[in-house]
Amino acid sequence: MAGKPFIHPYIPNAVPETKEAMLRELGLSSIEEIYAEIPDRLRFKGELDIPPAILSERALRKHVQGLLDKNSSSVDYLNFCGAGCWQHHVPAIVDEVINRAEFVSAYCGGDYSDLGKYLTRFEFNSMLGELLDLDGVANPIYDWGDVAGRSFRMARRITGRDKVLVPAHMSPMRLMEARTLCQPEAMPTSTKIRFYEWDRETGMVDLADLKAKLDDSIAAVYWESPGYLGTIEAGGAEIVKLAHEVGALAISGVDPVTLGVLAPPGAIGADIACGDIQALGMHMHAGGGCSGFIGFRDDDPKFAQECPLELYTVLETATPGQYAVGEALAERTSYGARDQGKDWVGTASGLWTIAAAVYMAVMGPQGFKELGETCIARSHYAAQRLGELAGVEIKLSPSFFKEFVVDFGGTGKTVAEINKKLLGHEIFGGKDLSAEFPELGQSALYCVTEYYDQADIDTLVSAVKEVTA
Amino acid sequence: MSEQMKKAAQEKVARLARLRRDGGVLHDYRAPRWDEPFIMEQGTPGERGVLVPLAEDGVKAAVGEAADYIPEGMRRAAAPDLPELSQHQVLRHYLRYSQMTLGMDLGSDISEGTCTMKYSPKMHEELIRGHRAADLHPWQDEDTMQGLLEIVYNTGQYLKSISGMDAFTLQPGGGSHAVFTNACVMRAYFETRGELGQRDEMITTIFSHPCDAATPMVAGFKVITVMPDENGYPDLEAFKAAVSERTVGCMITNPEDTGIYNPQIDKYVEILHAAGALAFTDQANANGILGYARARDAGFDACHFNLHKTFSSPHGCEGPATGAYMCTEELAKYLPVPVVTKTGDTYHLDYDRPESIGRVRGFLGNWMGVIRAYAWIRNMGPDGLKEVAEISVLNNNYLDNLLMAVKGVSRPYAEGHRRLDQVRYSLEQLKEDTGVGTEAIRDRMVDFGIQSMWMSHHPWVVPEPFTPEPCETYSKADLDEWAAVIKKAVDEAYADPQFVLDSPHEQPIDQMRRTEALEDPDQWAFTWRKYKKKFLKQS
Repeated sequence: MAGKPFIHPYIPNAVPETKEAMLRELGLSSIEEIYAEIPDRLRFKGELDIPPAILSERALRKHVQGLLDKNSSSVDYLNFCGAGCWQHHVPAIVDEVINRAEFVSAYCGGDYSDLGKYLTRFEFNSMLGELLDLDGVANPIYDWGDVAGRSFRMARRITGRDKVLVPAHMSPMRLMEARTLCQPEAMPTSTKIRFYEWDRETGMVDLADLKAKLDDSIAAVYWESPGYLGTIEAGGAEIVKLAHEVGALAISGVDPVTLGVLAPPGAIGADIACGDIQALGMHMHAGGGCSGFIGFRDDDPKFAQECPLELYTVLETATPGQYAVGEALAERTSYGARDQGKDWVGTASGLWTIAAAVYMAVMGPQGFKELGETCIARSHYAAQRLGELAGVEIKLSPSFFKEFVVDFGGTGKTVAEINKKLLGHEIFGGKDLSAEFPELGQSALYCVTEYYDQADIDTLVSAVKEVTA
Repeated sequence: MSEQMKKAAQEKVARLARLRRDGGVLHDYRAPRWDEPFIMEQGTPGERGVLVPLAEDGVKAAVGEAADYIPEGMRRAAAPDLPELSQHQVLRHYLRYSQMTLGMDLGSDISEGTCTMKYSPKMHEELIRGHRAADLHPWQDEDTMQGLLEIVYNTGQYLKSISGMDAFTLQPGGGSHAVFTNACVMRAYFETRGELGQRDEMITTIFSHPCDAATPMVAGFKVITVMPDENGYPDLEAFKAAVSERTVGCMITNPEDTGIYNPQIDKYVEILHAAGALAFTDQANANGILGYARARDAGFDACHFNLHKTFSSPHGCEGPATGAYMCTEELAKYLPVPVVTKTGDTYHLDYDRPESIGRVRGFLGNWMGVIRAYAWIRNMGPDGLKEVAEISVLNNNYLDNLLMAVKGVSRPYAEGHRRLDQVRYSLEQLKEDTGVGTEAIRDRMVDFGIQSMWMSHHPWVVPEPFTPEPCETYSKADLDEWAAVIKKAVDEAYADPQFVLDSPHEQPIDQMRRTEALEDPDQWAFTWRKYKKKFLKQS
């Protein structure tokens, strides 16, 4: 690096005088003497195939921003696609808090030095517990599909049974993730996924089919509400009852942003709830805004003991009235027990739990109620108007929260064609369901949240009318 | 000036003099202390933190009451018991919590070894917060996110060059998740070959990260853990004995968490390959070898990187993070879908991969971390990456020199060999001499504005361990300060052990109590509602 014309601003000890002084302290003449620890045959002697450095902050900013500006965002366009990652309004206060350098930069600092992080984490768990109506909430990790698979494994450990029943219209993407965690069936420790049917007219689960498939080999019954196809499941309480009758657990997959108006998993009697907190104040980040949670009943310690994620309990300190937060049952995690632990934990999605804590605190009960009412009203308005178009039909039950299935079969056009043409109107159309659910024909899953107002919806309807004509 | 004020001024001067002796400059630090009630205990019914849009009259006229669309029994009966606060009060609360979080930017995260707590450039935060990064929908047409795909594709190419591998995925949501991805790729490889029934054992080492043991268990394998020999290297004879026709492969770190580079690492790989097994290396500790040693050159079939450690993306209070998984051409067909590909000048998401393991994560991944890593790699260039490695190794050896001069500190294993990116030390002697162990030192050092030190993963093979990692971010003065804090705390332990055992003294809260709640079902409370029921007798 001799003769290098600059000192990198992120490497203070690159200053030659400093480097020399440090080497002198060590009695070394060069750093190469330390690298003698790597034998010559294992040393890389080539040139890394990486372009030369873009040095100045201005030039780098221009270069990367130039790449990002090739994207069209959901601010540039109107976006009516959800399907597991939803565009809700993110209050400015959320970004203000999570952009604090302390929170952005913190990692696994101690109980005292990073106290604020742990207090926020406990408040997140507590407020999500209120939404879910459950006493136990664990520290979230990657996303809904991941925690669905982990919930299945958790149920297997609690019950000692190895089959889980899931509805056949469960999100195909979440199912893929869960399968990865549940192992190929030939493996002795696999969790077997079995399906129960759904009503093709309404989108509700087929309770008779579920009942027929339940026996004492079933560890858990999983259902989603609102389901992937948007419908609010009417049979939740009955699913719980049927599961419990055979000693199986009831696992509720849920989008917590709906819980200002919809009955929470705890009230329905679910043993475990899982889902994504992305709608609680996260930007979509092309899916990077997702983060999966697990909540559970805490009237039996087995749930906490078999929970695969980190748990935090409130503690007190030497000063009366002062609270602390500590990691509970740490020895059961992979950090405590390696391959004898409950699945694994690692770097998860801490910053998003802080965002969600701020979001829940500013929304309050009234905010969640109004948000729910607006989502329902505007999505139904959009469905009603789209359904009036020639060849366009709204499928499944009118019980939906923000997403609904639009069948374009009558237009003679495919969803793919329609969505391509909508791009010309600067609109992202709904998720194409034709490959995932062939029985729905040329259908798309549309999403309308509180983010888009009546005028935006009218713009969508005009554009769809034009491109389907 | 009153006598009292004079006395206070003299005490302050004396305190600063005490702090600044012994060669290092210590801060006269007191952590911010806000006696802040939980947010669930604040506010008044009726206060609002933010207003949400209400449906327009035209919408309401068209669709009627929202509640009518909710099935019987699915309407929420009682409103969630969330706080009701105005916006300033919520902001103030979480700003106070942020002040009571030292994080990395304020302090010195040399303490958090194995984590490579390097500086995360602020410009990168501006990049990911812009709407053309933050407000992209994962299912939007790939034609409308060509810029993002180009960044991801090119980052993959750079990581291929750094590792020597042929293929990549950036789908995993963290380092352990990338390690899990490996276990699944190996599983698919042997499933395809019809050997999954025969091969069910994964080998790791005790100084490899716990996820190298835990994730193959989740993937369905039995795990064999090799212990170190007297020099701290994974015992080669034990390793040989562990390998058989039942072996899937290995998942090991090099350098391990001891910072010792295993000079025979390629021999371990050869033993595995001779048995028809595969070899993966966990590269959480890659910072000191960037541009100096490549996983593929040692024969490995796959490896990973943490974009949130080695490649500068911040840790965000433990995520979201990005795990990069790299592998050979032979294993590429098993990568999770979608894979980012390039044809001519356009980029694609390839889902048509019939032998793929499927998914480890929904959508695309945490690509905020990829944008930051891309910017960082482009900013460093090939020479800058090597300089990162060189300075991190120099910093580590410089700090080692200072710490080994501190009474009560020892460095087990591999006498005469230098460590690369980090060192696992022991305070066993201090504990024997004073009764003060590594946990008490950890809780004392934070009183100097230095982040709490990472001791070791479990089990503690090294007694009373601690593991600093002074990566390239830190200046010589930072290293001097860190060593001076350890010396200060150790000196205090020899002079007045109870004072250190009663630590911390300058933190937002006092020493924790009722810690039996960490294990006792009758005492734990994971949510405030549970705490209220159990201890405040409220429901």
